[in-house]
Amino acid sequence: MSKTNPKPTRVVGKPYRKVDAAAKVMGLTKFADDLVRPRMLYCKILRSPVPHALIKKIETSQAEKLAGVVAVLTGQLLPIAYGILPVSEDEHALCIDKVRFVGDPVAAVAALDEDTAFEAMNAIEVEYEPLPSFSSIPESLSGPKSKGPAGNGDESESWRIHTYGESGNIHKVVALEFGDVEAGFREADRVREDVFFYEGSTHLPMEQHAALAEVDGDGKLCLWSSTQTPHYVHRALAKVLEMPGSRIRVIATPNGGGFGGKSDPFQHEMIVAKLALMTGRPVKVTLTREEVFYAHRGRHPVLMWVKTGVKKDGAITAMHFRTFLDGGAYGSYGVASTYYTGALQTVTYPIANYKFEGVRVFTNKPPCGPKRGHGTPQPRFALEVQLDKIAAELGIDPVTIRRDHLIQPNSLTANYLRVGSTGLAACIDKVVEASGFKKKFGKLPYGQGVGLACGSYLSGAGLPIYWNNMPHTGVQLRLDRQGGVCVMCGSIDIGQGSDSILAYIVAEVLGIDPFDIRVLTADTDLTPVDLGSYSSRVTLMSGNAALQAAERARDLLVQAFTEKYGVPVSRVAFADGRVFDVEKPEAGISFAQAVQLAETKFGTIGTVGSYTPPVSHGKYKGAGVGPSPAYSYTAAVAEVQVDPQTGIVRVDRIWIAHDVGKSINPALVMGQVEGSVYMGLGEALMEEMSYRGNRNTVHKFPSLLEYKSPTTLEMCDVKTFLIEDPDPQGPFGAKEVGQGPLLPVPPVIANAVYDAVGVRIDEIPITPDKVLAALRSKGEEHSPQEAGVTLGTREPHRYGPHTIPSFDWPDPVRVRTPWEGGDGKELLREAVHAKE
Amino acid sequence: MMRLPKFEYFAPTTISTAVKLMGGAGMDGQFVAGGTDLYPNMKRRQQTPRVVIGLEGIAALKRISGDPLSAGLTIGAAVTLTELIENRKVRKYYPVVAEAARLISTPLLQNMGTIGGNLLLDTRCNYYDQNYEWRRGIHFCLKKDGDTCWVAPGSKICWAVQSSDEVPVMIALGAGVKLVSAKGERTIPVAELYTEFDGIRYHTKEHGELLTEIILPPTGHWRASYRKLRRRGSFDFPVLGVAACVWFEADDETVREARLVLGAIAPHAMRVPEAEGMLVGRPLDDASIHAAATAAHAIAKPLDNTDFLMYWRKEMVRPFVEAALKDLRHPRKS
Repeated sequence: MSKTNPKPTRVVGKPYRKVDAAAKVMGLTKFADDLVRPRMLYCKILRSPVPHALIKKIETSQAEKLAGVVAVLTGQLLPIAYGILPVSEDEHALCIDKVRFVGDPVAAVAALDEDTAFEAMNAIEVEYEPLPSFSSIPESLSGPKSKGPAGNGDESESWRIHTYGESGNIHKVVALEFGDVEAGFREADRVREDVFFYEGSTHLPMEQHAALAEVDGDGKLCLWSSTQTPHYVHRALAKVLEMPGSRIRVIATPNGGGFGGKSDPFQHEMIVAKLALMTGRPVKVTLTREEVFYAHRGRHPVLMWVKTGVKKDGAITAMHFRTFLDGGAYGSYGVASTYYTGALQTVTYPIANYKFEGVRVFTNKPPCGPKRGHGTPQPRFALEVQLDKIAAELGIDPVTIRRDHLIQPNSLTANYLRVGSTGLAACIDKVVEASGFKKKFGKLPYGQGVGLACGSYLSGAGLPIYWNNMPHTGVQLRLDRQGGVCVMCGSIDIGQGSDSILAYIVAEVLGIDPFDIRVLTADTDLTPVDLGSYSSRVTLMSGNAALQAAERARDLLVQAFTEKYGVPVSRVAFADGRVFDVEKPEAGISFAQAVQLAETKFGTIGTVGSYTPPVSHGKYKGAGVGPSPAYSYTAAVAEVQVDPQTGIVRVDRIWIAHDVGKSINPALVMGQVEGSVYMGLGEALMEEMSYRGNRNTVHKFPSLLEYKSPTTLEMCDVKTFLIEDPDPQGPFGAKEVGQGPLLPVPPVIANAVYDAVGVRIDEIPITPDKVLAALRSKGEEHSPQEAGVTLGTREPHRYGPHTIPSFDWPDPVRVRTPWEGGDGKELLREAVHAKE
Repeated sequence: MMRLPKFEYFAPTTISTAVKLMGGAGMDGQFVAGGTDLYPNMKRRQQTPRVVIGLEGIAALKRISGDPLSAGLTIGAAVTLTELIENRKVRKYYPVVAEAARLISTPLLQNMGTIGGNLLLDTRCNYYDQNYEWRRGIHFCLKKDGDTCWVAPGSKICWAVQSSDEVPVMIALGAGVKLVSAKGERTIPVAELYTEFDGIRYHTKEHGELLTEIILPPTGHWRASYRKLRRRGSFDFPVLGVAACVWFEADDETVREARLVLGAIAPHAMRVPEAEGMLVGRPLDDASIHAAATAAHAIAKPLDNTDFLMYWRKEMVRPFVEAALKDLRHPRKS
């Protein structure tokens, strides 16, 4: 179906402007908050001021009495729980009997104007009965132990943030072993253990979430929302409102940035929908910036322990990776996030034996979820920094240890991920050469340094979020006798350019101008389903669907054209808005005339395309997270300056090469690379979702001023290289670019800081106080092992966590690796036990 | 976004009308110039004046006059930071004033914010500069609506931080300010505009008084510098400010008098006489600069209510004082 196109292209691969660019720069784009409907009401949401408490009473009468208040809503009217993952439907539109973090929605009002709504919101009185709260991984791990629901006698049972999950406040535990890591460590020449921490951060989209709901004359509901996943919102609305999906329409408005933060169905969407149904009037809500911090779903804080065994040349014989995720108060994507912290370690450098153990805890903080790179930047940081340390120990340079041990194209990893194309070698070579890495590494004056790191990411999740065998995306194409072409797809443009990608691909196939194409997206009434703008899936998946639909349409036009003019099919060409015989280009007809011929012959011209990812190779429990049709690869070199007096790190430049398979539009690809560098830089140097555990677990500073994110002045120079090694799975060979380039950024800066001043910062963000503390520290004893013998060597000065909490890990799911003759299925547990 | 509470707005065109209006409004009134401090505070319900008296229409407050070489320069309180940065006399004769203004917030906000507003900037604190709902979550704080200072819960006083960049500079320079009320007017040294009491009663201006002018001293054998520590190159308030002003002997580089002022580490800008003493009677050599930096480091006790760790902020006093003093060794080229 999808294939690489060897012919020279006219649109694909060219830096066209985005189809929506003019509207964006002229301020004509209608974002959700720009929408105004006649008789519209304004909604405000009252949120919990306490981190963990039972709701004893909600008194709304004062609010209801206020002039201008039309409706007040509490959770009783929306009793059905929902959540993005079917395994963790633990959210309510409004809390019913319990609040779980400061910012949890409790009640909502709809009023004639925003001031009245605000006043009414504050007139609602809620009585809480406080419960002990949990603000960190260790607190939640050592919290209540019970497994049952609350109210079974033991008081501490009500201390559970949720009554489902593993036990106590432990949400999810994962344990997987591929091959035999202990045997792998025995084969190793060197074994190294490290502990790392990666702080949580949030997406910080420019646009605050907003939604508007309206009920039309015959009772159908329409919701406009700044969401990355209109299809999942549609499903959640149908469930929560107890309405048939056929009577609900969700239109995703252009997102003013998403980055994963608009991928869940949100409370405010359910609330305005319900208020619109209650009042019969349109109701709009726009979150304040503070509320966006509470909506969160950002990067999980992750504590990591990594034990890696290597041969003298750096080949990895075994890796044992443990992650502890601070999930916040709800499930969100957390189960997937937990798996992702263990999934993609294997796709860059072969790991002969691999064991992953992960645990996610609930805490009384805003829920974490997917942020650009979803669950993989944290382990990638640990892996790339540890590899740097191993290289130093072995006396190998950071380039060689990576370059000599790269995953091969068309291979299976230990955990059964199928890697197709990989341009990682080319990426490394490019940045090493361009940056002069070999001349600089270890040789720059004190205070200056360079580092290298790599990464890899999915081009779309191989499996949908809810179990089904249907396509992940669909495109309908309608050709008009005037020559107009309309592409309809459920995908939503969150700024990444997905609308443009549809237009470019259709224009390429039909030989027309992409700006003549009408792109109609993200409307559940008018467009076929696309699962959403997440997991870097849209270019590959909806691109393939668009390609299929366009090729089918072209076939119809070709048939009509050949019939009329007697030109052989192989000689029919589409270009410059014309259809013609390649042997006699001047004798062709206009594209519109070709459509008219086809419409005369076939009737109305409409075609469809869809895409379903290939079946994944892993069959074990947990194999659903990690597989992708294709993996992108990235390598980066950073050059930094570190002031040893202050510890302040200045990143001067990052050279980054990204294997995108094939650029549908190189300007947009570069934009994504640079944006990823920017976001990675913020995480690496300053961003922190921090809370005051001793002050009611309030968010430390939910504001754009005090949540520190880089300005243009902190942004480094970026030198971007695109590596094009077309992947047979992608449209025209395209792979992802939206997320992967972020991955090497935090470790590359950590590695460069080490080269600059000789200290290891094993904790993100790399703030100046940590660098200064490391510089002033005395260094630590470290005990690497060689052939089973513990060596007493002195580690470089370091800042970072020293230990992980003790945790009783379950027996892992055991899977034989492909090279052990495994079939991707887990070994039967009984058999494993019998053997022991 | 957050909404402003309702208020009545007046736009007088003379100082006398402005102070008369304030007299009528009493404690319900508040002056506003650029609004970059007051309006966000009002949205967060930190201040909720029912009468707001705008100063932008008063031409007398927007003048820069005088002669730097004789009597000094007089700056109207409603002169914007951008105007200050771009004014030729300020740039030439008081580069430190322009530099401090340039380091305030962002160019966009410099277009609105004024020098008077910066001198009267509300003290700041991570427990105070939060919206109403957030503050309710911690049962409010001593500075507004509550009875505990969350930075120092045993404290009877508020530890909100003096966060203006121009205050330490003006104190170091020995500038003066003119205050006008319905009762009359007075001119006082800038240093006397502030208390050393706490973050609530941080200035001595009476409620009915309007700050109208800032009077910069004439140029002479002095040089001044300002160094600012903050997370990013724009937007951020200082988490440490160091202003230094040194008067040299007429014929050589011997220090006759020195003023060193630390900002953003306490509810008030702090002069450091111990450090100043280390500098007098000798040129600005490495040893005296080091001694002054050590003395400043010793008295700095920042608390955990701004960006960055307080321990690290204290450690930064030494290199920042050293840098500010080294800036004074040779006249700046500008």
